[in-house]
Amino acid sequence: MIYLDYNATTPLDSRVFEAMAPYMKERWGNPSSPYSFGNEARIAVEKARRSVARQLGCKPPEVIFTSCGTEADNLAVRGVANALRHRGNHIVTTAVEHHAVLNTCRALENQGYRVSYVPVESDGAVRIGNVEKNLSPDTILITIMHANNETGVIQPVEEIAALARKRKIVFHTDAVQTAGKSLSPSCELGADLISFSAHKFYGPKGAGGLFVRQGTPLDPLLTGGPHERNLRAGTENVAAIVGLSEALALASESAGSESGRLQKLRDRFETRIKSAVPRVKINGASAPRVPNTSSLTFDSVDGESIVLGLDLRGIYVSTGSACSTGDPAPSHVLLAMGLSPKEAQGSIRISLGKHVREEDIDTVVQALTDTVTRLRGISSIETTRVPSS
Amino acid sequence: MDTPNEQSGYAGPVLFYNEEVIDHFTNPRNVGELPEEETDGFGLVGDPSCGDQMKLWISVKSERIEKIAFKSFGCPGAIATSSMLTALAKGKSIEEARRISDDDVVEALGGIPERKKHCSLLGVLALQAAIKDWEKRRAAGKEEGK
Repeated sequence: MIYLDYNATTPLDSRVFEAMAPYMKERWGNPSSPYSFGNEARIAVEKARRSVARQLGCKPPEVIFTSCGTEADNLAVRGVANALRHRGNHIVTTAVEHHAVLNTCRALENQGYRVSYVPVESDGAVRIGNVEKNLSPDTILITIMHANNETGVIQPVEEIAALARKRKIVFHTDAVQTAGKSLSPSCELGADLISFSAHKFYGPKGAGGLFVRQGTPLDPLLTGGPHERNLRAGTENVAAIVGLSEALALASESAGSESGRLQKLRDRFETRIKSAVPRVKINGASAPRVPNTSSLTFDSVDGESIVLGLDLRGIYVSTGSACSTGDPAPSHVLLAMGLSPKEAQGSIRISLGKHVREEDIDTVVQALTDTVTRLRGISSIETTRVPSS
Repeated sequence: MDTPNEQSGYAGPVLFYNEEVIDHFTNPRNVGELPEEETDGFGLVGDPSCGDQMKLWISVKSERIEKIAFKSFGCPGAIATSSMLTALAKGKSIEEARRISDDDVVEALGGIPERKKHCSLLGVLALQAAIKDWEKRRAAGKEEGK
């Protein structure tokens, strides 16, 4: 099999698994228990917190562990909205956010908040001026992703952070696609809140986190015990937290060299597919992009048919984001970039990771060429003649 | 392969189509176009600007569908159901062909994921449009013959 969907999830690194195993097998105590056996688990959780804080360049208490990236996004967006309701009810985000942020904003609209969805340009990036234009005196939160999961396009988050700081508005960035990779965020990015998810960087599923800059107003989503500085009640998923921290540490060791390798592979893929297949477009190619992602639109064919055609050859790619696959609605990200619904329907995403080799790229280019050519042969849009009746 | 529980609302990327559907997707029957001189009826349904589209050609001899051909822009469900529809319609009398329903297509394929069921209607509508076109051409032909 050739797996090219690393933005959806990644395989667990065996070293991460080894680090996690003792906390499922032997040291299964509750970190909040008042005896030494529980304390072993507490030590592991706090060691993980210090390690993650080192990677983020922040203080350990600024790291909150969650059950996933979606929970981190929810905690950030709803947490700030609830905490600052007395100050204002306006939230600024973009039209291309992950559903974890987008649908959370929509839910807040139903609760009386006002949300501005800043458009992106055809390259997939927001312009800082458009963000600024949407700010108002009652804006309490800006939430804009670091890099897009479908196109890999990087948003100008440093500039947005500076703008937010100047206007004294809390800024959250969903860094699920950059954390543990080449662009791994640190607190120097300037965001007050940064979401990340372990399974995107060879860690376990069910483990996410949120950087919360000291002093950021935030209400918890889950209330209960005093876990995670009262911001996230619930017994810590010790093994998953250990796995997250181990995966992030390992990722930072190899991020630099891996990023160059992936960039070369992605360039090879894009160059070859463009010369092999006519009428293909790379989405977001003119904007800065993370090095592992390629979003392609093939004229006159359907993305899901391409995905199945490749699947039957043991090659795994995605139409849009994993969560929306099977949903007949075309990608909101591509539509926001100005693609027509038909173009969005003819799009696929490939995302590379550490087990992809150069020869895999060549195999995929050939299989993709065959698949698209076959589907165009079937496609009604390719007919040249409509009989007169 | 396990079929996902439709009740769970989960549908994977390939929606776990059954083997028959995969076969019609991989080797669609009657794919192509009929030349103008063989075309007795033509149907075009769907709107590619917002979803799937299908074109269907029929050649009719003694009120029987002798040849049928289609082209389809759409998901695997659309391609497979279009293919099966043409397989069912080929050789049938116009009256028999007119009665083929979307359920017949789905049944012949041994089922299709719930959220892809609407695809099966595309082929049925294309066939009905082609039959209407055939009737119109025939009426026009008789008119000319007078």
